[in-house]
Amino acid sequence: MAMIAADNRGLRLVTRYAVLVLIAIIFVFPLVFMLMSSLKPDQQLLQDSGNLRAFLPVGDISLQNYTDAFQRAPVATFVFNSVLVTGVTVALSLLLCSAAGFAFVFVRWRGRDTLLALLLATLILPFETIAIPLLMMVANLPWVGMEGLTWGWLNSYRVQIIPFIADGLTVFLFVQYFKDLPGELIEAARVEGASWWQIYRKIVMPLSGPIFATAAILKFLVMYNQYLWPLMVTQEEGYRPVMVGLQYFFQLNVAWGEVMAYLSMITVPVLAFYLYLQKAFIASIASTGVKG
Amino acid sequence: MARISLKNLKKSYGQTHVIKGVDIEIEDGEFCVFVGPSGCGKSTLLRMIAGLEDISSGSLVIGEREVNDLPPAQRGVAMVFQSYAIFPHMTVRENVAFGLTISGASKEEKDAKVAEAARILQMEHLLDRRPSQLSGGQRQRVAIGRAIVRKPQVFLFDEPLSNLDAALRMDMRMEIGKLHNQLGATMVYVTHDQVEAMTLADKIVVLKDGQVMQIGAPMDLYHDPANLFVAGFLGAPSMNFLKVKVHGVNGGKVLVSNGALDPVEVSGKRALFKVGDEAILGLRPQYLSVAQGAGKLHGAVALTERLGAETVVEIALKDGNPLIAALSHDAVFDIGAQMNLDFDPDRAHLFPNEPGAGSVNKH
Ligand SMILES: Nc1ncnc2c1ncn2[C@@H]1O[C@H](COP(=O)(O)OP(=O)(O)OP(=O)(O)O)[C@@H](O)[C@H]1O
Ligand SMILES: [Mg+2]
Repeated sequence: MAMIAADNRGLRLVTRYAVLVLIAIIFVFPLVFMLMSSLKPDQQLLQDSGNLRAFLPVGDISLQNYTDAFQRAPVATFVFNSVLVTGVTVALSLLLCSAAGFAFVFVRWRGRDTLLALLLATLILPFETIAIPLLMMVANLPWVGMEGLTWGWLNSYRVQIIPFIADGLTVFLFVQYFKDLPGELIEAARVEGASWWQIYRKIVMPLSGPIFATAAILKFLVMYNQYLWPLMVTQEEGYRPVMVGLQYFFQLNVAWGEVMAYLSMITVPVLAFYLYLQKAFIASIASTGVKG
Repeated sequence: MARISLKNLKKSYGQTHVIKGVDIEIEDGEFCVFVGPSGCGKSTLLRMIAGLEDISSGSLVIGEREVNDLPPAQRGVAMVFQSYAIFPHMTVRENVAFGLTISGASKEEKDAKVAEAARILQMEHLLDRRPSQLSGGQRQRVAIGRAIVRKPQVFLFDEPLSNLDAALRMDMRMEIGKLHNQLGATMVYVTHDQVEAMTLADKIVVLKDGQVMQIGAPMDLYHDPANLFVAGFLGAPSMNFLKVKVHGVNGGKVLVSNGALDPVEVSGKRALFKVGDEAILGLRPQYLSVAQGAGKLHGAVALTERLGAETVVEIALKDGNPLIAALSHDAVFDIGAQMNLDFDPDRAHLFPNEPGAGSVNKH
């Protein structure tokens, strides 16, 4: 009896892992293909792409494509720009959207529900529909900086950051999560004399690790993959992000090896960061013990 | 000084009137208990005192100030919630010290005060634990610790013991009583457990549907309930109500009877009774006894429960209505045996037969 049960369990485990491995392979292969291709000269890359060799580091392997990619485009500038724009936007967005979510859930004020409904309604507007009006608007906005008052935001970091700090989806994520926090915790803190800011900082934020991580990942993906908007608002190379930089490799003759090298450079660090964040994400769920 | 005074306090959610004009005076240092059935507005009233619910109209005074529009932090109250509401991401020490941290107390001051609170509540050994590592009773201590550490003038408790098992509830009940003697603060305590109400309270407020039914010392309410609701709500097993007919009125005395009750003269001070009226006679099970002679009430034994020190007997009266008697000794009765009961007319309560009297809450 016991042996049969154990066998069954073993079999189930094997099947389960087999399925998981299969799924993992499907997801991992494009990545492997990209990395391997980035090491091969164009001619070999095209020959290999029809068979399994495409996924193996065989043949004429070198880092030549990487060197060439650096020569063709200011890769460092693009990466710097993307990291700056993405980092600042994610940080400000988490702060602003979580604060908004806090106000929508915990603070009672007139017009709260109406405003939340309006905010959620913005979710159905695709960015493309507002891109042109937004462009016309930012082209004429004032700014006070080092050089004093200037007009027009084109060719700057702020034009890539400010329009994306507040967004309905992120606020909505926070609203949904905050609604599930036990309301008596917030009330207890109020009775104990905590200000709204203190409640936000000392109670809500520490208990909301998972949703901050989720919102950060989603926002990061959106910002890092920005293409249309920076293409519209930055003509100067100095402000362009990585995805726009990809254009440099699609000239008359597409250098596929360099494309793969460039893509590897801009995606692998992101994946590494994501894996790290995922660990933090799990740790934060385990430590708060609010859910489950 | 922290008297609490509620004057014609009302609360509505849109068209739903939850608190319908409540007047209560709570003296400084008094232990005041709000009781009533579920949904009667006890928590709402307490939360209005705390400042967690807006006051629709009326006046709320704590100490010398009207606090209607003050936020909770400025009312000088501490509150213990039914779910304890201790912060899961902080240690017990941080939880207890939370209010002090917020008000910017020094580390020395915090340590000293937390140590004192921990000593009073006997939880010194728990201070460095996380809430997830505590039992229900220990969490309750932490919640109380967080409340007492700031030495507020007023404590508010919303059913603090209802999540504990029976034995622990009794322990904690006694501790809360001791705590009140020790601290001398004004306490307002919400419960639907009448044992907690009777044992802890200096003053009980019985609520029903957002209205005060009666206010008074526990024994006053028990021995002299103002209406059927209070009579039925306090005491276990709850008071028997018999429909009777008025046959004579003589000064304050009223002669009543029904099919199972021989004519008896009881005091009728709660209303003007007239001959021919229907009325309700209230008899506590504890004040019924097996008659030595003919007795006043007649029926047959339907069910007995022997509890050792007490025997609870359900009797089917001659007119078909049930009656509960709680006899203060162990006794054996045959089911179906005839039984005559006696009672002291001075301990019977006569109520007018109000509409809705039949739906008196049985507990
Ligand atoms: N936000 C709200 N909107 C409408 N009605 C409400 C709201 N909150 C509470 N109520 C109503 O107010 C009444 C009183 O609720 P309250 O929580 O004060 O009852 P309670 O006496 O504490 O009951 P319990 O013993 O079950 O805790 C209930 O009938 C409830 O349905
Ligand atoms: Mg309640």
